[in-house]
Amino acid sequence: MSEPAEDERTAAAAEPAAHGVTSDELMEVNAARALAGSRTCFVGIGLPSTAANLARATHEPDLVLIYESGTIGSRPTRLPLSIGDGELAETADAVVTVPEMFNYWLQGGRIDVGFLGAAQVDRFANVNTTVVSRGAGRPEARLPGAGGAPEIAANCRKVLLVLRHSRRGFVPALDFVTTMGHGSGPGDRAKYGMRGEGPAAVITDLGILRPDPATAELVLTETHPGVTVEQVRDATGWDLRVAPSVTTTAPPTEHELAALRALKAAGRKGRETS
Amino acid sequence: MAGVRSLHDAVADLVHDGDTVALEGFTHLIPFAAAHEIIRQGITDLTLARMTPDVIYDQLIGAGLVRKLIFSWGGNPGVGSLHRFRDAVENGWPRPLELDEHSHAGMANRYVAGASGLPFATLRGYRGSDLATRTDTVSTVTCPFTGEELAAVRALTPDVAIVHAQRADRAGNVQMWGLTGVQKEAVLASKRALVTVEEVVDALEPRPGAVVLPHWVLDAVSVVPGGAHPSYATGYSERDNAFYRAWDAIARDREAFTAWLDTEVKAAGATGTAEVSR
Repeated sequence: MSEPAEDERTAAAAEPAAHGVTSDELMEVNAARALAGSRTCFVGIGLPSTAANLARATHEPDLVLIYESGTIGSRPTRLPLSIGDGELAETADAVVTVPEMFNYWLQGGRIDVGFLGAAQVDRFANVNTTVVSRGAGRPEARLPGAGGAPEIAANCRKVLLVLRHSRRGFVPALDFVTTMGHGSGPGDRAKYGMRGEGPAAVITDLGILRPDPATAELVLTETHPGVTVEQVRDATGWDLRVAPSVTTTAPPTEHELAALRALKAAGRKGRETS
Repeated sequence: MAGVRSLHDAVADLVHDGDTVALEGFTHLIPFAAAHEIIRQGITDLTLARMTPDVIYDQLIGAGLVRKLIFSWGGNPGVGSLHRFRDAVENGWPRPLELDEHSHAGMANRYVAGASGLPFATLRGYRGSDLATRTDTVSTVTCPFTGEELAAVRALTPDVAIVHAQRADRAGNVQMWGLTGVQKEAVLASKRALVTVEEVVDALEPRPGAVVLPHWVLDAVSVVPGGAHPSYATGYSERDNAFYRAWDAIARDREAFTAWLDTEVKAAGATGTAEVSR
């Protein structure tokens, strides 16, 4: 599972958005909302973990959080430092071994949503977390690698992606396909015998992209308050298609913001004392 | 048959130049002290296997002891990149690092096949991914019953597995709990196995969800309190998060890393490798 490497973060990430809400908070709140109606979630560490825990703290209190380290039904009171955080195991309904997690629970088709981060995505929501080309004559830049993502994306009923929006992250062609989203278009997932429907949304700090049902290509459907369509297109490395009527995401509620900030504050406290 | 032995002697006996070694731990119970002993003894030309190579593999790689890495996710958990790993892969410093790269599901099943005495394992994996194009340990096999094409991954059978656990009894039976990852499979897949433990107790009281490794599948048990530091050891110690964060700056710079390795590991002698004398 890819944790966000420092150099993946954009400088704009901490800029305040409207009414003292940061663009990161807009991304995290909307990522949490994307879990509405889900029962079980295979949670990547980093942004997906923040979103899944926020969903549990707000509109989906019964959401079952599943971490690849082997925990099922974790109820952390603070954001985990890593997937090995004892808090995830101590608050879980069950702790299983890693082979059991991947074989019985994930490959067995028991999980609704796979929530993943990414270093790079393309227009079909394929993901690269392996290597990035730095041009002729220079060695490829090394990223952490696949982790659980290829099989999470193949086997969960649907996939949500969350990452910050930039031309470095939203590229016309991936240097390496670590994890297949919609391949090269409709029908590719069926051709590969994948059980789940694949990426259903890409939530960023600027808005939300969703695959066109006909072409599987990502389309901008929502922008966050204060963000223009042009801003999103400028931050996308391909000619981003835009829905006929782009809507604006609802501003974070007081409850959502308070819950998010409390989770993060508890996480910081955990870091200082451990 | 496990004997309770000093870490120095156990490593010297069980780990040799050129071996394939799996120091496992899925971000919990990571056998840092045993790896430091490998560094002090200068055991080299190693092929290292691990699902989640992190800071300790960064140290072994930066020390120039590693020829090849078999893995599925390499990073400093919750912090960022492994700079020594990246420097070896991208620039060949201090030596080139060959990679055999997988997904977690593939790596877990490679250990399962090894532990099961099978030549390979099957899974629905690697579909639509470029991973299979860069390794010769992933292939496909057709199910004889349904005709479905499945991924086949070659069994992983390291020469040595090294893991850290909470407790052993005086006979050398080992008990671990919390997140137990893929450690049982790694131990059973390997030709030899060394376990470091927090303490030796008279009797292993049963614990829900605990993994017990009988002494007769292990070659040595060494008592190393804090042997997983800076990682977690549930019931004994929390993650030293400040160290993981500090590692980023240490590992970013070749000279800072080399100085750190000299003073904190090589010059540290047997520090932190206390043993029980019996």
